[in-house]
Amino acid sequence: MLHALTVLLLFQLAGEALTQLFSLPIPGPVLGMGLLFVALFFPKWVPEALRQTTHDFLQHLSLLFVPAGVGVLQHFHRVTQEWLPIMLALVVSAVLTVAVTALTIRALAQLTHADTRAAERE
Amino acid sequence: MTRLADIWVYLATSPLLGLTVTLVAYVIGDWIYRRAGMHPLLNPVLIAVVALVLLLKATETPYATYFDGAQFVHFLLGPATVALAVPLYFNLGKLKRLWLPLLGGLVAGSLTAAVSAVGIAWLFGGSPQTLASLAPKSVTAPVAMGIAEKLGGLPSLTAILVISTGILGAVLGPTVLNGLRMRDQATRGFALGVTAHGIGTARAFQESEQAGAFSGLAMGLNALVTALLLPVLAQLI
Repeated sequence: MLHALTVLLLFQLAGEALTQLFSLPIPGPVLGMGLLFVALFFPKWVPEALRQTTHDFLQHLSLLFVPAGVGVLQHFHRVTQEWLPIMLALVVSAVLTVAVTALTIRALAQLTHADTRAAERE
Repeated sequence: MTRLADIWVYLATSPLLGLTVTLVAYVIGDWIYRRAGMHPLLNPVLIAVVALVLLLKATETPYATYFDGAQFVHFLLGPATVALAVPLYFNLGKLKRLWLPLLGGLVAGSLTAAVSAVGIAWLFGGSPQTLASLAPKSVTAPVAMGIAEKLGGLPSLTAILVISTGILGAVLGPTVLNGLRMRDQATRGFALGVTAHGIGTARAFQESEQAGAFSGLAMGLNALVTALLLPVLAQLI
């Protein structure tokens, strides 16, 4: 738990530092995720503790979005002013994006014979 | 009675209260969600946010005071994002097989998210500032705010639109995927991640670890692709 958390913070720090240094268009933690992903390929590096801790941690990922969500309080008037275009855009766009993404993946998987159903049985 | 008021004044200024109510609201939200057989409309984030907004309004607590405590939860978003690399690593075999279809889905989804949102809002009379703030709404908040600023939108408005999109994607996404008979866990997770960034990823983890892993990947890649594509697209229009 202690080691795993230290590793996560170190990679976040590296990500933040690099994005600042090179003014990259992605946030530090996302780059940190990429760096950790690459680091995991070094053999015998992944401690079981890291797997266990990240598993427990990510089980409650949605909790972490609550404080930012409450931030809607600060923009009540703006959101209520243009509620119709905003609401319609968000709802329709969410439905379309999920559908288009999933259908594209399925169509391309069939085209490239990457059988997703066979993979599912693994 | 004055004693009680004294205690309230003391607690209201300490971060303990904001932190505790956040956890309590979420625990209650999660309990209701599970009790209701994981009904999509009873999303725990949605319940917790609505409950806390009502609580802060009722007690006339400013958001800044609440956030003094809640920031400890908010901070964990960073290490949690880094942690997404681990489940992805354990799904490497599937990633290798599916990378080309996923890349296609990523580009198609990224463009659909921006074009459909801006188009619909424009059709229904959204202001230019709102349109620019809407364009990156499917991207994780810090990147979305940066993109909105470049396009002439309001970063603070974008933050709200991003969170709303996340909740909507988590609420509606699985139903849409069921309707399309999408059973493959990687595809389901990836579509949720492209649409609803981290909140979609949190929802995907409730389905399976594989769905969560591919959702986290989609969130990271979508941030990158949208940051590169949108400014170019905006110049063409």
